[in-house]
Amino acid sequence: MRVSLFITCMVDLFQPQTGVAAVRVLRAGGCEVSCPMGQTCCGQPAWNSGFAEEAAKVARTSLEALEEGGAEAVVVPAGSCATMIKVFWPEMFELVGDHDRSQRARVLGSRTYEFSEFVEARRQAGALPQLGSARPRDGVAVGGTTVAYHHSCHMLRELRIDEEPTSLVRAAGCSIAAWPDDRRCCGFGGLFSVKLPEMSVAMADEKLHSISSDVDMLVGSDGSCLMHLRGRIEHEGRELPVRHLAELLADVIDRADTQGPRS
Amino acid sequence: MSGFSLHGTELRDRQISALSNVELKRKVAAGVDKFANRKSDTLTQIGRSAEHGEAMTGTPDDLRLAARAMRHRTIQRLPEILERLADNLLANGINVHWANDGAEANAAIAAIARRIGAKRVVKGKSMATEETGLNEALIGIGAEVVETDLGEWIIQLDHDVPSHIVAPALHLDRYDIKRIFEEHAGAEEIEATPEILNAFARRELRQRFLAADLGISGCNLAIAETGSILLVENEGNGRMCTTMPRVHIAVMGMERIVENWDDANLVLNLLARSASGQPLSSYTNIISRARGPGDADGPEEVHVVILDNGRSALLGTEFEEMLNCIRCGACLNVCPVYRQTGGHAYGWVYSGPMGAVLTPLLAGRDNPEAAEVANASTLCGACTDACPVGIPLQDLLLAARRRRVGDSASTLERAGWKAWASAWSHPRTYEMSMKGASVGSGLLGSRVRRLPGAKLWADGRTIPEPSKVSFRALWEAEEHS
Repeated sequence: MRVSLFITCMVDLFQPQTGVAAVRVLRAGGCEVSCPMGQTCCGQPAWNSGFAEEAAKVARTSLEALEEGGAEAVVVPAGSCATMIKVFWPEMFELVGDHDRSQRARVLGSRTYEFSEFVEARRQAGALPQLGSARPRDGVAVGGTTVAYHHSCHMLRELRIDEEPTSLVRAAGCSIAAWPDDRRCCGFGGLFSVKLPEMSVAMADEKLHSISSDVDMLVGSDGSCLMHLRGRIEHEGRELPVRHLAELLADVIDRADTQGPRS
Repeated sequence: MSGFSLHGTELRDRQISALSNVELKRKVAAGVDKFANRKSDTLTQIGRSAEHGEAMTGTPDDLRLAARAMRHRTIQRLPEILERLADNLLANGINVHWANDGAEANAAIAAIARRIGAKRVVKGKSMATEETGLNEALIGIGAEVVETDLGEWIIQLDHDVPSHIVAPALHLDRYDIKRIFEEHAGAEEIEATPEILNAFARRELRQRFLAADLGISGCNLAIAETGSILLVENEGNGRMCTTMPRVHIAVMGMERIVENWDDANLVLNLLARSASGQPLSSYTNIISRARGPGDADGPEEVHVVILDNGRSALLGTEFEEMLNCIRCGACLNVCPVYRQTGGHAYGWVYSGPMGAVLTPLLAGRDNPEAAEVANASTLCGACTDACPVGIPLQDLLLAARRRRVGDSASTLERAGWKAWASAWSHPRTYEMSMKGASVGSGLLGSRVRRLPGAKLWADGRTIPEPSKVSFRALWEAEEHS
């Protein structure tokens, strides 16, 4: 299956390791991965700030790059950006009077998938190698570790992706910790995090407070939420590794490769 | 607009002020969690009610869809339904006053108070009169005004304002209430238990009801077909407010209306459940006329003030659905932002997600302070999920932000987004802007630290170091290897 990666500006600049891991996982799942270089950003920062024209201008560039990529599926390693494409692009283009691109965004949106949603479907179809049974490495345990999974808002409440990421975490041999605030917003909210920083940090604190001390790792599917939460965790001197789901899975797949039988 | 002021303060400063009070956050969060949990419990009972052959059938989602459709149908024909209500109120002997804004509403009420020589006014909970600043207006003509909803009375004593549309004193606990009763209501060494505090309040308020010559209430719902006003409450004080004084005035926001009793039934099924997790509130008062011959009690005169105050301007706009709101507070109770501070940080009468939409809308377009309140959300969507009448609050928040941009964005802000859009709509200039940050992180410490917003981020969070190599660079390197 030919897959185009919409890498997202956040991963591109701050977390390329997430992108590398996503490629690793998709390839392990039998996908031929491309990353159209014409893409830039989904436009969400401007859209959420009320600048629809500016958001549409940037989104047009990415829409066209992904269309030209011509893959069967577009995979996005960020729930929020996937939501922007699938839910808000058609509405945004319509709003700025670009009916043609609104229609095209709808078509593109129908073959666009958030990373965990796509990978879990591949796993269900038997296309992903057996996960789990990996041993700890680099001081960060994977198999057998307890994960607090952060359900990010757009992914959960717009795309309704709920079970897929946690199924994958379990398939990787980890257990999911009970976390009363796992579905509560972390307080990132894009520019909210710098427009109202005190509120943003207070929200992170509430969210992080209820993670039990026996949790080994905080995992999520939105690099932006994770950057915010990691920033707060580090600032408070708490020892809690934060990783994107793709990184967790790639780690397990790598080790399954090196530890498994070789042909 | 009368009654509208955010006192020249900024949203962020109001939040900082509230966040500095750790106790406040604890009390608000406990309060909203209690409501939200009860709501979840009661919604699971809906299916069971149907099994018992009760009137309400269907799942919570069915009800929500039905309610949304009903509210839409009602608001679409609002002028006509309001006319019908007014006709039927008049036919029932109830006086009708149309108020375009807060000043007109206050003037109409003050005129009645003057005519009947009202000196002592008791009020039941009404958010509409918070909008208009009615208490100040009545005090201005020499009347004594006592709020009689328990929560409202407590905050009135403390010279405070409501922090939640359903539970105005949500931000206070029983120890606060004990202090307020001792400091402002003459209680002596009172015990901070709900029973004792309630008994004290009851004693005090009874005196006020007996002495009052004018009662003022809000209106949860007006029913056009019978010319009736419906009030829900849990204390009975609202009932006393509307039956004991010789004149009763109900103030209704013009959208608090349904066409008929079937529609009222639908709202009643959702309102208390969504607000406080009760199948029905303890009191549902239906007022269709003044005291008649042979009636044991009731006012001699009843008036209804129908308040516009910016509402009709929303008809036919992308914000029209906000008029569907039934004021249950469910969106406040699930909001991750509201729970950190309570309502005061929003700056005006309404708070939480519905307040973040409504404040800019009712304040009018030349009010940047109010427009800014639409930013008090991460757009997490919990409010949209919680709304019992399916108002897409997240979409309306986005629309309110767009309206703010059109009305009051600064030249600098516009220029910034224009420059961003120009740079990021071409891969090469996008890459250059990214490389600037990446290279900078290697050579200059971190250039990210100089980006606008970095300082704001860094107070409380470590600044992420941009990667020295972008994903694009890694990808291109792999492709060319």
